[in-house]
Amino acid sequence: MDYKVKEKVYEKILLFSAFISVITVILIGGFIFTEGLPLIKKVGVIDFLLGKEWYPTKDIFGILPMIVGTFAVTFGALILGVPLGVATAIFLAEFAPPRVSKFIRPAVELLAGIPSVVYGLFGMVIVNELLMHIERTYLVNILRPEYQRGYSVLSASIILAIMILPTVINISEDAIRSVPQEYKEASLALGATDWQTIYKVTIPAASSGIIAAVVLGMGRALGETMAVIMVAGNTVAIPDSIFAPVRTLTGNIAIEMGYAAGDHVKALFATGIVLFLIIMLLNAVASFLGKRGVSQS
Amino acid sequence: MISVKTSQKIAKTALWIAGFSTVAILMLVIGYVLFEGLHVVNWEFLTEKPRKMGSQGGIFPTIAATIYFTALTLLIATPIGVGAAIFLTEYTREGKVTRIIRFGTEALAGIPSIVFGLFGFAFFVILLEPITHGWSLISGALTGATMILPTLVRTSEEALKTVPASYREGSLALGATKWQTIVRVVLPSALPGIITGVILSIGRVIGETAALMLTLGGSLRLPESVFDPARTMSMHLYLVAMEVGTKEATEKAFGTATVLIITIFIINTVANQIMKRFIAKSS
Repeated sequence: MDYKVKEKVYEKILLFSAFISVITVILIGGFIFTEGLPLIKKVGVIDFLLGKEWYPTKDIFGILPMIVGTFAVTFGALILGVPLGVATAIFLAEFAPPRVSKFIRPAVELLAGIPSVVYGLFGMVIVNELLMHIERTYLVNILRPEYQRGYSVLSASIILAIMILPTVINISEDAIRSVPQEYKEASLALGATDWQTIYKVTIPAASSGIIAAVVLGMGRALGETMAVIMVAGNTVAIPDSIFAPVRTLTGNIAIEMGYAAGDHVKALFATGIVLFLIIMLLNAVASFLGKRGVSQS
Repeated sequence: MISVKTSQKIAKTALWIAGFSTVAILMLVIGYVLFEGLHVVNWEFLTEKPRKMGSQGGIFPTIAATIYFTALTLLIATPIGVGAAIFLTEYTREGKVTRIIRFGTEALAGIPSIVFGLFGFAFFVILLEPITHGWSLISGALTGATMILPTLVRTSEEALKTVPASYREGSLALGATKWQTIVRVVLPSALPGIITGVILSIGRVIGETAALMLTLGGSLRLPESVFDPARTMSMHLYLVAMEVGTKEATEKAFGTATVLIITIFIINTVANQIMKRFIAKSS
C-alpha cells in the first residue's frame, strides 16, 4: 500500500478513537431517554417529579423524596466539606512549608483513591454506630425511634464530605496558585499582612475557581452511590430532620435494579434521566465558571 | 476589636489545623479499616473460596475476577484513550472538532457511575446479549472502559505535550513520515507519562462498584471466559457487608477492604515513582 494512503487510514482511526467519548455520551443519553421517557409520559412529568409516593408494585412512581434526599445529603456534604477543603487548599498554597505539604499531598491523593465501598463500610461501622450512641443517649426523648439507628442524612453527609475533600482541595489549590504574584506583592507592599492579603486579595481573585471546585464537589456528591446506600438507611420518605433515614436518586437505582421488572425498570431509567440532567446542568455551570476564571487571570 | 496581629495568628493557626485535620481523617479511615481488617487477611483468606455467601472462607475468586476485569477494561480502553490523545495533540489545532471532542470527554467524566451502569445494562447486557452473554466480564469491562476513557485521554495528552517539538522536527527532517515519527519518536518518549495514567486508572477500575452491580452479574464462581459473570472485590465487600450483614460477615468485609486499600496504596506509589523519574528525565 502507498504510504500516503496508510497515513490517511491511521489518521482516520485516531479521529474515530477521539470521537468515541462523544459517541458514548450520545449513546448514554439515548439509551436512558428511550428506556425512561415513555414511563415519565405515562405517569406525567409533574406526578413523577413531585409525587411523594413510590410503590413500584402498585405502579405508583413519585420520586420527590429521592430528589429532596439527594439534595439534602449533597448540601450537608458541602456544608461540612467545603470549609475544611478550601482551608486546606489555602494552607497548601500559601502557608505549608514544603516538608509539610510533601506529607499532606499524598494523603489527599490516597483519600481520592480509596474505593467508595470502603468509605461506606467505615461509615456503617464507625459513623453510624457513633451517631446511634449519641441519638440513644442524648436525644432519646426527642427523636422518633426510627431516627435512632444512626442511618441518616447526617451520616451520609459526613461520609460524602470526606469523599469530596480531594476534589475541593485540588481544584481550589490550583485556583489560588494561579492568582498572579503581582496582586499579592502589591497588597503586601501597601502594608497588608499575609492574612489580609489572602482574604482580601487572593481569595476574591481565585473565587470563580473556588466556586468551580465547589460545583465539581457537588457533582461528585450527587452522583455517589455505594457509600451513600451503605450509610443512609434508604427509606423512601422526605427527610424532616438530619437524623432521618434517607434515599437518594442514585441509591434508588442501585437498590432496586436487581429485582425490578416491567415498568419498574423503566421508572429506574427515568430516575437516571433526572440524575443525568442535574449533572449535565452542573457540568455546564462548572465549565462556564472555569472559563471565566481562566479569562480573568 | 482584635488587633491585626492577633487575627493573623488565629487565621494561620486555623489553616494549620485544617491541613492536619485532612490528614487526620485519612489516617482515621485507613487506620480503622486496617485495625479491623489486617488480622483477617492471611494466606487462607487470599487463596480460599468464600463459604456461606462470603461470611466464611476467603476471597480468592473475587481477587481473580478483579484482575481479569481490570486487565480486560484496560485492554479495551488504553488503545482508544491513547489514540484519542495522539489525535488531539498531533493531528489538530484547537478548533471546532477539538471543542466537540473535549466537550464529550468532559461530559463523560462527570456522569455518575450508576448512570454508566444503566447504560451498560441497556446496551451491553440486554441489547448485545447474543454477543456478550448478558451479565458478564465483557459487559462489565466495556462499561468500565467508557468510564476511564476521560482520565486516559487527559493523562496521555499531557504526556504527549511534554515531548519537545524538536524531536518531531528532527525525525521529520530525516524523512520519516508523520506516523513513523509518532510511533518511533513521540510515543517512546511519552511512554512513562502514559503508563502513569494507565496505572492511575487501575485504581479507579478496582474501586468501581455501582456500574458493575448492573453489568457484571455478581457470581461467586471463578470466571472461565470473558462471557462468564463475575464479582470483583469491591462488589464482594458491598454484598457481604450489606446483604449478609452478620458480625462475621462484617469482619470478612473489613478483610476485603484491607486488601483493597493495600492494592490502591501500591498502585499510587508505583505511579508516583514512574512519574518522578519521568519528570527528572525530561527536565
